[in-house]
Amino acid sequence: MNNKIENTLFQSRAINKEFGNVRANNDISINVRSSQIHALLGENGAGKSTLVKIIYGLLQPDSGSMTFLSEEYSPKSPKDARALGVGMVFQHFSLFEPLTAFENILVGLDKELGEKELHASVIMLSESYGLEVNLSSFIGDLSAGERQRVEIIRALIQKPKLLIMDEPTSVLTPFECESLFKTLKKLASEGTSILYISHKLKEIADLCDTASVLRKGAIVGEYDPKKMTPRELGEIMVGQSLFEPKRPVAANKSNKVLSVKINEVKPDTQFGVTLKNIDLAVYQSEILGIGGVAGNGQEELMQVLTGEKKDRNVSIKYMDNDIEMLNPRERREIGLAFAPEERLGHAAVGNLNLLENSLITDPKKRFQMKMGFIDFSELNEYTNEIIEKFNVKTTGVSALASSLSGGNLQKFVVGREIGQKPSLFIVNQPTWGVDALSAANIRQAIVDIANTGAAIILISQDLDEILEISNKVAFLTNGNLSIPTNTMDIKTDEIGAIMGGISD
Amino acid sequence: MDLSEINFAVLVASLVVASTPLVLAALGELIVEKSGVLNLGVEGMMIIGAVTGFIVGVETGSAYIGMMAAAMAGALLSLLFAFIILIMQANQVASGLALTIFGLGIAALMGHPYTGIKSPQISTISIPFISEIPVLGTMFFQHDLIVYLSLISVLVIWYFLNRMRAGLILRSVGEDHDVAHSLGYRVVTIRFLAITFGGAMAGVGGGYLSLVRVPQWTEGMTAGAGWIALALVVFSGWRPFRLLIGAYIFGGITILQLNLQAIGVNINIALLSMAPYLATILALVVISISRFRGNRGAPGCLGRSFVKIT
Repeated sequence: MNNKIENTLFQSRAINKEFGNVRANNDISINVRSSQIHALLGENGAGKSTLVKIIYGLLQPDSGSMTFLSEEYSPKSPKDARALGVGMVFQHFSLFEPLTAFENILVGLDKELGEKELHASVIMLSESYGLEVNLSSFIGDLSAGERQRVEIIRALIQKPKLLIMDEPTSVLTPFECESLFKTLKKLASEGTSILYISHKLKEIADLCDTASVLRKGAIVGEYDPKKMTPRELGEIMVGQSLFEPKRPVAANKSNKVLSVKINEVKPDTQFGVTLKNIDLAVYQSEILGIGGVAGNGQEELMQVLTGEKKDRNVSIKYMDNDIEMLNPRERREIGLAFAPEERLGHAAVGNLNLLENSLITDPKKRFQMKMGFIDFSELNEYTNEIIEKFNVKTTGVSALASSLSGGNLQKFVVGREIGQKPSLFIVNQPTWGVDALSAANIRQAIVDIANTGAAIILISQDLDEILEISNKVAFLTNGNLSIPTNTMDIKTDEIGAIMGGISD
Repeated sequence: MDLSEINFAVLVASLVVASTPLVLAALGELIVEKSGVLNLGVEGMMIIGAVTGFIVGVETGSAYIGMMAAAMAGALLSLLFAFIILIMQANQVASGLALTIFGLGIAALMGHPYTGIKSPQISTISIPFISEIPVLGTMFFQHDLIVYLSLISVLVIWYFLNRMRAGLILRSVGEDHDVAHSLGYRVVTIRFLAITFGGAMAGVGGGYLSLVRVPQWTEGMTAGAGWIALALVVFSGWRPFRLLIGAYIFGGITILQLNLQAIGVNINIALLSMAPYLATILALVVISISRFRGNRGAPGCLGRSFVKIT
């Protein structure tokens, strides 16, 4: 017994936190032992983020206490937390887009450090932990995966004793995940404890020593993830049994919906990727999965497909019409729908409420009455339907998009696009940051519209997701797309080679 | 008309003096805007500085004490603005405009008894040796202390913003206050400090106007200098050195057109008076178009209220 207490690095006792009438944290007690990777599991809105914000000093609890290194711990700000040895990697990147990667690391430090010295330690960290980053590039030009590496370096450079990671793998490929896990295991073996938030149950089984499960703001229990199947853990997390979506049956295979031929498209920024030799086609009732490591041209391909970037050297045929010179709105009007990766500011407008966000993509003008008036009853109904069907946790249709958590906004965006009943749905990272049950719901909804005849292009860095529901898969490497293959015919050990660009 | 009547060295020397109020006020506003706050009250803070500096200068007989009082007056007025927009979270544009109107009004009231009085003299400091250099010496090295300070401020502010950690923190607060907050920086405190600094600089700029540049008190004497300072900040792309160039272009053409009027050039006076404004806008527009693509100048959170998110 004594031994166990000595091993405790961090402990919270009966933490309570209320926002208005919502009890975000209800008597939460957890115990993180040293040199351990401790998982914090729960659905979106279960209270994980609130808890880690309290631990990191961003929020103060209404009641309850914490100890860290056997001493009373009540940080008033993240600065206090960092000074005592608590670091954090955020889910929504806390990076400054107009600043360079290096400046971002610098501004996250509490001490004045010589630039050369810092440069050296950043390079050492990125080499020993495989976190490759171009330090002089502006964050705005980096992909999600690269941004996260900057965040991780920024946290690690302060040598924290407790490192909080809020869904660190949601943008990483399997290969990147593996190297991250090596990093984390190495850190743990060197004495750093890690509080690890994730929705990916498989990786928790691989990585974590202990898992505390939260549901509706309260602790359900503490489990040993090595002794349980991911499915069991997931069911404890959501409090009900889970289902797995099945890939569409692809009945109308002969009807080609979209074909894309790209010889070469140059990027807009110097850090972008040049798209080369892309030749793809997607048929009715079929899901084409496009995998690959972040920053290999996903963003650029998405822009060409949506029409945000128009290029005469690209040939896009949609049901026998050339659409490469149409803008996104015109493409939507003829039956395409898009859900880009970046939820706030790209897929949805933060300062508009959910009703208004439904209204802004309304290609079929179904919310419009005569003389341009808005049909609010129809709009209300439509928006409420999305909220209900996709289990979007929000205060209502008049909540601002920016007030939703990332996962919930993602559910809303996918729901909004699917609700338009598109003939072709192009989606980038549909389940990033979404919990297991909701992710399954989103995948099921995508499969459902495919089964009713829509064609789908699913760009995702989540390999499991692609293999689970795609009929065909292709991979992006350095702007090149591999030849789409039937998912059934592909062997897992081949994927790594294709993604690494070896098959070229 | 005889263009040779215009002495080029003296012309440059007087353009430096004419531009100094602009340089000071615009540098202050640059820092304010880099912290993410848009303070449209520069004109108001300048004129409060002008009237306070003048009154204190006359009463104490020292232009320097007057200048210090001007800085304090500007800072004090900016604190009112800071309170309204940071604590009460009022709209920055409306509050800034109100500040200008308020400043102009109160300055007219305070300055009324002092109209037509002469201000105390400010001594010029000739920098040993280099002020003896022909032409260049006259242009740049035979000025008063405030001119030198304004030039040093350009350097210091550039260094602060680009080479110092505190400057990086200030910029990051202006770029994204939510992220800065999540890293544990005190957004409101940092903005309070920036606004106060901006107020003090605008105040000194105003004080320089009434104590040195003109030098006397007349109602509404800033005559839009605060607005020019605001425009300079934007057109310079939030860069101190470009800001200095812009201010000198404006000051230079002001002086040139006055000289041209004096020697009786046959151009409509209205056109001549318009020239500095026109030329500044033109020059700065050209600078801002030729800048590399992807404007990284404007702070991301400029003019947005900071509301703590939970």
